[in-house]
Amino acid sequence: MRQLSTKATCNSHGQDSSYFLGWQEYEKNPYDEVRNPKGIIQMGLAENQLSFDLLESWLTENPDAAGFKRGGESIFRELALFQDYHGLPDFKKALVEFMAETRGNKVSFNPNHLVLTAGATSANETLMFCLAEAGEAFLLPTPYYPGFDRDLKWRTGVEIVPIHCTSSNDFQITESALEEAYQEAHKRNLRVKGVLVTNPSNPLGTTMSRSELNLLINFITAKNIHLISDEIYSGTVFRSPGFVSVMEVLKDRNCDNTQVWNRVHIVYSLSKDLGLPGFRVGAIYSNDEMVVAAATKMSSFGLVSSQTQYLLSALLSDKKFTKNYLSENQKRLEQRHKMLVRGLRKAGISCLESNAGLFCWVDMRHLLRSNTFDAEMDLWKKIVYAVGLNISPGHSCHCAEPGWFRVCFANMSEKTLNLAMQRLKAFVVDSTAKLNNHHSSKNSKRKSSPKWVFRLLSRDCHRDRESDER
Amino acid sequence: MGLSKNHQLLSKIATNDRHGENSPYFDGWKAYDQNPYHPSKNRDGVIQMGLAENQLCFDLIEEWIRKNPKASICTAEGVNEFKNIANFQDYHGLPEFRQAVANFMGRVRGNRVRFDPDRIVMGGGATGANELITFCLADPGDVFLVPSPYYPAFFRDIGWRTGVQILPVDCDSSNGFVITKAALEAAYEKAQEDNIKIKGLLIANPSNPLGTVLDTETMRSLVSFVNEKNIHLVSDEIYSATVSGSPTFTSISEIIEGMECNRDLIHIVYSLSKDMGLPGFRVGIVYSYNDAVVSCARKMSSFGLVSSQTQHLLASMLSDEEFVGKFLSESSKRLAKRRSMFTEGLEEVEISCLKSNAGLFVWMDLRRLLEKQTFEDELVLWRVIINQVKLNVSPGSSFNCSEPGWFRVCFANMDDDTVEVALERIRTFVRQAKKGKAQVKNKRLQNNLKLSFSSRRYDESVMSPHMMSPHSPISLSPLVRAKN
Repeated sequence: MRQLSTKATCNSHGQDSSYFLGWQEYEKNPYDEVRNPKGIIQMGLAENQLSFDLLESWLTENPDAAGFKRGGESIFRELALFQDYHGLPDFKKALVEFMAETRGNKVSFNPNHLVLTAGATSANETLMFCLAEAGEAFLLPTPYYPGFDRDLKWRTGVEIVPIHCTSSNDFQITESALEEAYQEAHKRNLRVKGVLVTNPSNPLGTTMSRSELNLLINFITAKNIHLISDEIYSGTVFRSPGFVSVMEVLKDRNCDNTQVWNRVHIVYSLSKDLGLPGFRVGAIYSNDEMVVAAATKMSSFGLVSSQTQYLLSALLSDKKFTKNYLSENQKRLEQRHKMLVRGLRKAGISCLESNAGLFCWVDMRHLLRSNTFDAEMDLWKKIVYAVGLNISPGHSCHCAEPGWFRVCFANMSEKTLNLAMQRLKAFVVDSTAKLNNHHSSKNSKRKSSPKWVFRLLSRDCHRDRESDER
Repeated sequence: MGLSKNHQLLSKIATNDRHGENSPYFDGWKAYDQNPYHPSKNRDGVIQMGLAENQLCFDLIEEWIRKNPKASICTAEGVNEFKNIANFQDYHGLPEFRQAVANFMGRVRGNRVRFDPDRIVMGGGATGANELITFCLADPGDVFLVPSPYYPAFFRDIGWRTGVQILPVDCDSSNGFVITKAALEAAYEKAQEDNIKIKGLLIANPSNPLGTVLDTETMRSLVSFVNEKNIHLVSDEIYSATVSGSPTFTSISEIIEGMECNRDLIHIVYSLSKDMGLPGFRVGIVYSYNDAVVSCARKMSSFGLVSSQTQHLLASMLSDEEFVGKFLSESSKRLAKRRSMFTEGLEEVEISCLKSNAGLFVWMDLRRLLEKQTFEDELVLWRVIINQVKLNVSPGSSFNCSEPGWFRVCFANMDDDTVEVALERIRTFVRQAKKGKAQVKNKRLQNNLKLSFSSRRYDESVMSPHMMSPHSPISLSPLVRAKN
């Protein structure tokens, strides 16, 4: 008899993917400015490390939250005992207000419809358990966060069917792509229960347009299925177009209290917007009472520590703090984003134009020896081992086109980011030289370089000046 | 929108009853919520004795926290660690946390065994840990043997989302509710005949609801049993530090040191919710001797990691050897004192409890107060206790007990004064019962109680919500009331 469960012995945890392998390589040889300057720089981790100072100064000014006190009185006992899966009311109230704030207060949320979970990881899995089962599927636009393979599928038995998006239209979701995915699911004998999108997108770093959101709402209405909108990056939008939540679009369409209203669910977390992944704060928001009821009971398996709920309820109730934090954090993200884009450009590399997130979706198609995922893997290995950067290959995000990589910019110091860009440029220049030699030896008469090399050289001259002027 | 249409849109798991919370036993919780006892404001209210919480040693922990501001990442002394801790989401857990938990677990077992920090995996409380280990060991449709009476929420934790079933192995008062090899063999044989795949045996040691510890001989026979059948043994040891006096607690970790055993079959579930009284902090632990299980469990722990803020605090607290020694000794003393205060009070009116020296409750024997030895009468008595005596206690049937008349009564979630009030009420009730003034077969009472109980053992959809450690829809925590 098989000793362990099927789940324990299969690969659905997704950890054999290159996304995680890169991390492992990084862990074996991590960059450190002093102790290991030749180590691998971690650019595969979508963390927001830019604004801890703002949190730290709030803490020094608010000792009560730190000391389990309310109004000077100790509430340690009550907190230590508090395991009610409805969550701390003060915390949920502060959280929904924060969520409204990141949406420009164009929508408001009812704390009674919010379910707290141990991170977005748990929120996504819990929603799957509530909405679908083995033999059923959710449609996800590609490229998508590699962790979804584990979070949505592993223990639930639910399948993911990709909605293929391509660079031809900046990876936006189209009606035909949606239909194609739906049909594909049927071919695989899977009943489609819904669509899950990440907005702002990981790994693209873009916010969804209103037309995309409307398209999605039309689609789920027609098919009578769910829509999950993972909005964990909503507070990281640093440039226009601003963030439009699916809730806002529903409201604009007067969908409140219609059937479709009850089939749209939001996942949120404080891991990206506040840079607190260690605290395991996730949430499900749903207008469907049955979903809220079921998810609340399931949250028993991963409640948020009462100690953490208490600290964060004090933090998020401080509106002065949240306003300042959101604005300052966005400024810093924008600046960092510019640095990365500029640095990449100097290396002759462009990326998808983006306005959110903690990463860029970088176009390295021109560096592939062939338009294949094998070539992408080869390039990735070179970048990890030879260049010393852990970036995430598009294949691990299920991208339909080879050559794209997700590169994070908010989880390191400016100095480290600059170093990463220098290494990349050196690598590209070196590759170019090698390619040139290769071409020269092949075609001794023709001396022209491949077109992309020209682009590289000309970009250097023009774009640098442009960006310095901004 | 019709209910059936809505049902189709949601999963079976979301719409079935295997969370176990729809139960006619709600009355006890409701009665308490509607009329909660308060020492000054409501001395006539219902006293909550259905909650297995350890509230006796908060002062020790609070004192430690005051003296160790560095353990909090929010104080001036500790804030320099804030960034690293807030950013730390590695599912391996903080190394110092794992080390501290491993040390603590060793201390609780008198340092007779050592635990390897690399085998410590986090779970969202014991609730999350029990579900997690089940996901690793069993597939939907597989079955775990569980000696009864057992903690009602095992039904949810082991089975709700995993699809795994529980097959109770009945224990009764004829031998102090000790699990016998004969009973296990019988259950196993029957399962084989019915083509049921037994994947493991789940024990709680010390036991909830019995409050007893397993003796060495029994434990050795359990280890032989699982080895013979090549099934897993999960030992839920969350009450390990609530033991006072003798017999002392023997962990499965000790037993396997002294006998032939395939260690790949042995797993421990732990938590700080009972031993330290910190259920709000959601610290669950899975400890497995099986490398593949550790590896899988660790990946799955992503779904219920312990907040790094909490890991950091507890890493500091639990590595303070002096504090741990003082805490364990003092906690054990206070629990012993409370336990004997309560049992002696009951003995005054000739109510006996199963002899026990662990847990946060006693297993009270009220069989002689039953008109007939049936579960129907147990329920009737239970409702009398809630509505007349005004104590929320937990009837044995909700723990799947095979004998009617037993009740679990918690004693560590209140102060001494409240214990006295509870005892006085019980004494009054028993004396009245003797005089025939409050006969449990009182028809009027029966009619008012709207019983809807049809089988000896309630079916799987019938459960007592408040025993799942309070996930009731209504919370009376002052943190909830305080918001108004």
